[in-house]
Order: sequence, then structure tokens, then C-alpha cells
Amino acid sequence: MTQHQLDAVDRAIITATQSGLPLVPRPYHAIATQVGAEPEEVIARLKAMIATGVIRRIGVVPNHFALGLDRNAMTVWDVADADISRLGREIGGLDFVSHCYHRPRMLPAWPYNLFAMVHGRTDDEVASKIAIIAVRLGGSCRASDVLLSRRILKKTGLRLAA
Amino acid sequence: MPDAVDRSIINALQGGFPLSERPFADAACELGLAEADLIGRIERLLAQGALSRFGPMFNADRLGGAFCLCAVSVPSGRFDAVVALINAHPEVAHNYERAHALNVWFVLATETPQRIDEVLAEIKCETGLEVYAFPKLEEYFIGLKVDV
Repeated sequence: MTQHQLDAVDRAIITATQSGLPLVPRPYHAIATQVGAEPEEVIARLKAMIATGVIRRIGVVPNHFALGLDRNAMTVWDVADADISRLGREIGGLDFVSHCYHRPRMLPAWPYNLFAMVHGRTDDEVASKIAIIAVRLGGSCRASDVLLSRRILKKTGLRLAA
Repeated sequence: MPDAVDRSIINALQGGFPLSERPFADAACELGLAEADLIGRIERLLAQGALSRFGPMFNADRLGGAFCLCAVSVPSGRFDAVVALINAHPEVAHNYERAHALNVWFVLATETPQRIDEVLAEIKCETGLEVYAFPKLEEYFIGLKVDV
């Protein structure tokens, strides 16, 4: 992973867009005016930030709860460290898994090292998706747990200091 | 609730929003809509809460910053007070109540990895509770493509 070197103009663009793009016909021109750069430069820098991974993507972020996908489960699994990269890629590739990570165990209280977030419209839908993960992991999984969401306590985007 | 056109917008625009002079016009054309209609619908979906954001999604890791998933076991009698203490930190990007002994799960997003440790120490001190940190060791996928 190469660290993208961000200069002052990049950071100004990030600050100007992190709460969202302006909802006007020429949003990049509006940002350009705000940061004191040419529109072409703003577009070129955003393209460069996508190429280097600083920006994951540009688009809409659905609110799962508001859209009826109000059930989500953080599923956690204990798999052998030697197998986790292979299994993580397999589970992360399932289309109903939105996030999948290898995280540290906290023994003895927390034996789980593979985290996979599952979303659905109903408890049954979520349960059937979790069952698919369990089948995929099979004997490689030594223990697992499911942490259903009760409610959102806070949700904001990333905020950089200006 | 979003109508069929709203849903087509949400399905199509979870990434790849054009980097062009008139991006809404270009995206609207692909969807068979007028530019003003697309802008108006995104505005309304944001106002209604169907969309939580519209714009670039930044990768904090590549900004020199850091994310860390954290969990706390909060006693029910102190729940609201402890959540208020946690949420008061601007570095807490989101926070969920979950059905588990570890019942509060939040994500810290900071500009530097060191700041994660500082905020964790502050929250431990303010709440008097153990805070478990689950930093990601490896990421397998982060797509979040929702089909509505």
C-alpha cells in the first residue's frame, strides 16, 4: 500500500466534499470556486485520489435502516489463523456480506477473529444468510456468534479537521 | 418510501458517479432521467434519510488516518449516560447497540493512528469501563452494494 501524498489542495478538496457533493449541475466547479482551484484540476485530483485508493468511490450511500434493510448482524467466527486469509476472501466475496475483516481475538472473553457484516429485510433473511456462511466455513470454524443490531446510537461520516 | 425511479438511482449510483463537467446530466442520461430530476431526487432522498450521504467515500487509512472498531459492555442502568459520553467524541463515526454482553460497538475514525489510543484512553477514563479495541488486521471486502 503506497501512501498517497496529499498536499494542501487535496486536503481542501477533501474538506469541501466530505459532507457531500454540492447538488448543483456543475458540482466540481462549485468545489473549485470554494477551494480556489480550476475545475479541471479538481476533477483530475479526485480521479487521482480514486486511483490511489484515497477515495473508495463516489456516489450515494444508502441508509439501510430507512430502506427497509433494517436488520443487520455482525457475525463473528473463530477460524484457524493459517486459513483466515483464504476463508476471509471467500466470505467477503459473498454478495450479502458488506464488510469482512480479520480482527484480533481477545482471549478468553472473545475467541473470534473473522468478522462479517450481514444485512437483510427480515430476521429470517439474515438467518438464512448466516447459515450460508456457516456452511461455507464448515469444519474450519471452531466457534461463532451473531450480534444483532438493536439500534443506531450515532452515525456520521469521516470528519477531517479543516 | 422511495419509488421505482428512486430505487434505480440508489442501485446504479453507489459508485462510479461521473467525474465530468456535468456529472448529474451524464448520470441522468444513463438512467433515462433529466438532470434536474436526478438532482431533485437525490436531494429529497437525503432529506428523507433514505440516503445517509452523497459524495466521495474516503479511505481513512490512505489519508494517514485510522479506523478502529471498539466495544464496551455498558450496564443497563448507565446506558444512556455512557453512550452520551462516548458519542460526545467527534472521532466516534458511528455507534450501534447490539444484543450481546458487549452491547455497544462503535468505530473511531481519526487522522492519526496515535489518536486512536488517546481517544480509547479518554473513553476508558470518562466511563470507568473497559474498552476493547478490534483493529482490522486484514480487510477482505468493502463493497456495500445494496440492492433495493
